[in-house]
Amino acid sequence: MNRLGFVAPPIIVGLCFLAIWEGGVRLFDIQEFLLPKPTSILSALRSEWAGEIGAGRLTNLREAGFETGKVAVIGLIVGVVVGSLLALATTRFRLLRESFTPLAVVANATPIVALAPIFNAWFGITGATSNVAVVIVVVFFPVFINVARGLTEVHPNQLELMRSYAASPTTVLREVRIPNALPFFATSLRLAAPLSVIAAIVAEYFGGPTNRLGPVITQNASFARYDNAWAAIVVASALGLVLFGLALLIERAIVPSGRPIEID
Amino acid sequence: MTAVQISGAGMTFNPGSDNAVRALDDIDLTIGHGEFVSLIGPSGCGKSTLLRLVGDLITPTTGSIEVFGKSAEQARLDRDYGMAFQQAGLFDWRKVAANIELPLELIGWSRSDRSARSKEMLELVKLDDFGDHYPWQLSGGMQQRVAIARSLAFSPRLLLMDEPFGALDEMTREHMQSELLRIHAKTATTVVFVTHSISEAAYLSNRVVVLSPRPGQIHSIIDVDLGERSDAIRETPAFFAKTTEVREALRAVEASA
Ligand SMILES: Nc1ncnc2c1ncn2[C@@H]1O[C@H](COP(=O)(O)OP(=O)(O)OP(=O)(O)O)[C@@H](O)[C@H]1O
Ligand SMILES: [Mg+2]
Repeated sequence: MNRLGFVAPPIIVGLCFLAIWEGGVRLFDIQEFLLPKPTSILSALRSEWAGEIGAGRLTNLREAGFETGKVAVIGLIVGVVVGSLLALATTRFRLLRESFTPLAVVANATPIVALAPIFNAWFGITGATSNVAVVIVVVFFPVFINVARGLTEVHPNQLELMRSYAASPTTVLREVRIPNALPFFATSLRLAAPLSVIAAIVAEYFGGPTNRLGPVITQNASFARYDNAWAAIVVASALGLVLFGLALLIERAIVPSGRPIEID
Repeated sequence: MTAVQISGAGMTFNPGSDNAVRALDDIDLTIGHGEFVSLIGPSGCGKSTLLRLVGDLITPTTGSIEVFGKSAEQARLDRDYGMAFQQAGLFDWRKVAANIELPLELIGWSRSDRSARSKEMLELVKLDDFGDHYPWQLSGGMQQRVAIARSLAFSPRLLLMDEPFGALDEMTREHMQSELLRIHAKTATTVVFVTHSISEAAYLSNRVVVLSPRPGQIHSIIDVDLGERSDAIRETPAFFAKTTEVREALRAVEASA
């Protein structure tokens, strides 16, 4: 009952939303290029899922979803690892902390995806490297900032206690700072997972291989195949949801449920 | 033999700046081996600061502090201290038993020794059934008792306690006081104990140090020798006389402040 009670309301609301959408488009006779019906999107999803490219087809959604997914996941993993490691380094090296952290805070507040066209110039416009690079940079900042906070915002009492045990900085890191940072890390994963898909697709709008969700959306839109473009957007959303779900699973595994994040 | 020797110790926070605070000035205090000394005084008079100086959590701006014949720093590095603070300061990611075992882990006790000791300590603070809980699943008073158990776990030579019983109800508080006295008698641990409670100070201590504020100085030291203590002592004239003496000293401090 419990889990069902948790899942059922959003599913019901979602289905109602789709029904209203479908009904509204039919009732007011809205043009397909403005807003295709959910059923049209569904049939585009079916026909384009594993279609042969060419022969009047612009796309193979399975392949596009897989390739974009790869870019997002690789960028996500690298961004999370680099962000966490650098956060660890800043807690050990004061100079790094004082010079780099403020810059990271500023960078985190800017629209980093805007760099995508520049990255094409740096890493080449035909390969996926520049797309991955955009994802890495976009993921890096929230992870770095959250993990760094978790590592430094430790209750002073706990640090004094470790001092009274004559604990070395490494022991403090292992026993206090890293465990303290785990909920912050989990939060940053939850932020970064869907961000990685957004970043990958926006980066793909500007360059890189064309068998990806980004180009599939732009090309289908320019050929007025809005049903196909919407189908690609559905695949992108599914990708984001899957990664978000994975982030939640990781959070479950590393933070006991109910543990408060508090600092006073 | 001397456990703690404080000579001319002073502490000024943020010296030389606009918000400099002279928290302590010219403190001389000698604490003998196995002695139980309480610090009492108005809020903000520097009790916690004095305790933290002894524990080498902060360094005095003037004077010196020796513990067991060595510098406070050396004593800390030798792990002579057990500390319990005003706030419990438990680790949320460790279960209660694992919190108590942390100092033992750092000293290198074996797993079985550790779990035997944490069990014993949990019994002592009457939390036998809570070893497997997380700290945030406990009430504030229960957390405080875990922190006390943790400070006692590795039988430190010098116990520094900052209002450890503040969050406890009266009955638990009296139970913890008796347990602390029992441990103190059994292990010859030296205890420096900060409290706001006059009766607690009189009941527990060999000596009560009364501090006066701004800057924190020793106003007077009251010898209490109630001998073997039991709950019955709390109702004797001797106990009453001592609490009165401490209370009058505190009144004098308030009047001069
Ligand atoms: N880290 C610090 N920086 C600046 N001032 C401090 C610091 N710690 C303590 N003080 C100041 O030193 C004085 C003594 O503080 P302390 O905490 O020792 O008082 P206390 O006697 O323990 O008070 P209470 O009974 O309320 O706990 C206060 O005026 C306080 O503002
Ligand atoms: Mg205090």
